[in-house]
Amino acid sequence: MTGKGLAQIVAAALALSASAAQAASPAQAPGASGSGWGGVVRVLTLQDYNTRVVVLGTGLLGLAAGIVGTFLLLRKRALLGDALSHATLPGIALAFLLAVLAGASGKSLGILLAGAVTTGVLGVGTILFLRHYTRLKEDTALGVVLSVFFGAGVALLGVVQKMQTGHAAGLESFIYGKTASMISSDALLIGVSGLLATLVCVLLYKEFKIVCFDAGFAGSQGWPVIALDIVMMVLVVAVTVIGLQAVGLILVIALLVVPPAAARFWTDRMHWMIVTAGLVGGAGAMLGAAVSALAPRLPSGAMIVMTVTAVFLASMCLGTRRGILPRWLAQRRLARRIARQNLLRALYEWSEEHVPSGPSVTASEAARHPPMPTDALLAERSWSPMQLRQQLRAAQREGCVVPEGENGWRLTPQGLGEAQRLVRNHRLWETFLIHFADVAPSHVDRDADAIEHVLSPEMIRQLEDLLDAVPRAGQVPDSPHPVAVSRAGSARGRT
Amino acid sequence: MYLTALDMWIILAGVLCAAACALLGNFLVLRKMSMMGDAISHAVLPGLALAFLLTESRSSIAMFIGAAAVGVLTALFTQWVHSHGKVDEGASMGVVFTALFALGLILIVQAADHVDLDPGCVLYGAIELTPLDTVRVFGWRIPRAVAVLSVVLAIDAAALMALYKELQISSFDPNLATTVGINARFMHYLLMTLVAITTVASFEAVGSILVVAMLIVPPAAAHLLTDRLGAMILVSMVLGVASAVLGHIGAIWVPSLFGFGSTTTAGMMAVACGALFGLAVLFSPRHGVVSKVLYQAMLGLRIIREDVLGMLVRAEERPGQGALSAADLRRATLAAPIPLELALLRLRATGRVVREGGRYRLTDLGRGEARSLVRSHRLWETFLSRNLGLAADHVHPSADRLEHVAGLADEVDVSLNRPAADPHHKHIPRQE
Repeated sequence: MTGKGLAQIVAAALALSASAAQAASPAQAPGASGSGWGGVVRVLTLQDYNTRVVVLGTGLLGLAAGIVGTFLLLRKRALLGDALSHATLPGIALAFLLAVLAGASGKSLGILLAGAVTTGVLGVGTILFLRHYTRLKEDTALGVVLSVFFGAGVALLGVVQKMQTGHAAGLESFIYGKTASMISSDALLIGVSGLLATLVCVLLYKEFKIVCFDAGFAGSQGWPVIALDIVMMVLVVAVTVIGLQAVGLILVIALLVVPPAAARFWTDRMHWMIVTAGLVGGAGAMLGAAVSALAPRLPSGAMIVMTVTAVFLASMCLGTRRGILPRWLAQRRLARRIARQNLLRALYEWSEEHVPSGPSVTASEAARHPPMPTDALLAERSWSPMQLRQQLRAAQREGCVVPEGENGWRLTPQGLGEAQRLVRNHRLWETFLIHFADVAPSHVDRDADAIEHVLSPEMIRQLEDLLDAVPRAGQVPDSPHPVAVSRAGSARGRT
Repeated sequence: MYLTALDMWIILAGVLCAAACALLGNFLVLRKMSMMGDAISHAVLPGLALAFLLTESRSSIAMFIGAAAVGVLTALFTQWVHSHGKVDEGASMGVVFTALFALGLILIVQAADHVDLDPGCVLYGAIELTPLDTVRVFGWRIPRAVAVLSVVLAIDAAALMALYKELQISSFDPNLATTVGINARFMHYLLMTLVAITTVASFEAVGSILVVAMLIVPPAAAHLLTDRLGAMILVSMVLGVASAVLGHIGAIWVPSLFGFGSTTTAGMMAVACGALFGLAVLFSPRHGVVSKVLYQAMLGLRIIREDVLGMLVRAEERPGQGALSAADLRRATLAAPIPLELALLRLRATGRVVREGGRYRLTDLGRGEARSLVRSHRLWETFLSRNLGLAADHVHPSADRLEHVAGLADEVDVSLNRPAADPHHKHIPRQE
């Protein structure tokens, strides 16, 4: 369809990235062509001066970006960095243009970054203005600023490229990033700025934290919320601008967004999140830069982003706090515990049925009556025969039940104690519902069924205080409603 | 400066692209998904690269499908990270599109060693080159981009017309859409698919990131200009088309003002979009910033004028007075000097107040109006004290604000059975 156009685009990207990659392998030292084992060792042990500079510089950048990005993420402004980084382009082009017109070289990093900061701040200001003074939502404000500023940058670059004086080829490295164009003073600038940003975050940690979690509360406590917000945005601008050269303006957003998002899976505590995000960002950036130095044709910016994205994916699956796998395991554990507790309660109610006297079944009584057949257990709940067998086996391993006879099951003294506690919780909650929540006795069983598994000891104590005439601890009260334990094979009819 | 046939083709390509993008952009803006356009336009890169790697050719259709598929995947992945990983929506978008973009870069670098073409057109597009690449349609030689964009525009327009009501409802209220039997999820992914197709097709005209300008900026401006969806779509298309035309002319004309050569059309199109958007932000009749400021300033001046009239008529009620100096008025109305001067100038110019020896006095015209204001004020005071149970010494500040609400005084009068005096036992003037 759009044959030639698309082909052109791809080919252009090819050319661009190939040239970037050729240049972006900073450690292609003559001795170590990146292929041999010696080359790998040389790169990883940072023996080459150039590699050392680049890897350490980007590492510090990643550290700072991870830390600053944490505040951005918690402030729900992750994409602000995106708009901001695009907004730096016109500044870079304009600074180059003005520098050349003024007779300077135009390639000075300081001048270019000053231009980037100027339009970056202007972009953030425009976003805040649009959000506060028009009916447009934040996402639209971001999109407008991003695209219009970038368009202006592209138009200015178009002008720059047609200029007679001053060769503008280096400017495009800001779009895709090119660590090879970094010289040691650039890396020093990046490193020092990264450290400074980190230091500011550490010093203002408490203030940023309160603004992130509850800006309204912070304001009511007399904190200068707007000033703190501005400081935070200045840090974002700083990190973005110094990141331009290392990873390019499109990918620097990844360093701001991905490490904090990955860290969020591991912890609920803010200081740990900051530490984790900083480490992920720093290590990811160093590793990515080192890997791109190892092999030819691996653009450094893209490699850094792929490294942190891999960490993100691993965190999303494994993260101890919010990871998918631990959450799934925890849910499964809970489901199993509930099933086992249901099993114990069913066995206890069977015992009650066969011990006519007394409020609570004793161990010797429980040992005398006939064991509960598997069929009767199966009819208790909507579990499949296989699930029931699994539960019984697990309970047997824990020493709560013992098989008896052909098909029967009996509670051990240990299981009896556990079952008594559960039944007691269940009936206390039922009584509470009947007395205090006005739930009909015929309806309380189902409600109590859900909550008996999660009643904490404190709640039980409160229930005991609240309800008069409950037996002392260890004694099981009578059920406030008739309990019908199913006979073997017959359908169960609880009321 | 004159425009050649080449320029006309370039403008036409820009116009078609702007129209197709603006059509869809309205829904992105209304669904608070503006950044999705940005994400998709970045993320199609690996789709292009993969199609290139798999087919080992620059087969156009494969690339188109690859790019569009990855565009839709971006939306899917974002949703997936957002819901399964419980990551903030913006952050999940950032994670997904940067990862895909980086992947695309690596793939492309690995795919080929060196291809010599202008590196600019990924980001800036190559709209200047579109007239050179032509296809034959019904015996006419037209630029390929124009043909492709026409088809995409037709697809977008057809989908929109067929599903206008469904898109409208699911954009404003997804829950309502679900209850009336519209599959909101399907609408979401349909829209994402259309955006992906349009983005890929517009790619070569305006470049990957400037598509976002065409998608978002004209609808955002239209959103400030109108409250109706149909009108918003029309206005956004007009603005998009206008910025395409202005962009190309600007690319030739604006740099020449500073003594430079021409610049990229795509960049200037985005700038033109931004300029039109800026005008809408400032001067939109209802939602513009300047309009709001002006409205408030006018309201403020009117209130000062009415306060001055009120002060003068109250001064007449006291024996022996009837004229007040500017300093008296300033103390009484608490107005800043310049607005007060403006208000007095206007009052004198319209013959409501005359100035005699540094003091101001009401004319008959002014007195009539002032009486009705004082009447309104005292009626409101009576109302507040009688019907809302406010204490007599607390009604004045509220009545001071309410008296300027024109037109309600008569109804208050009737509802109070035409009282003769206010809570401060001041006479309430009757309407002649």
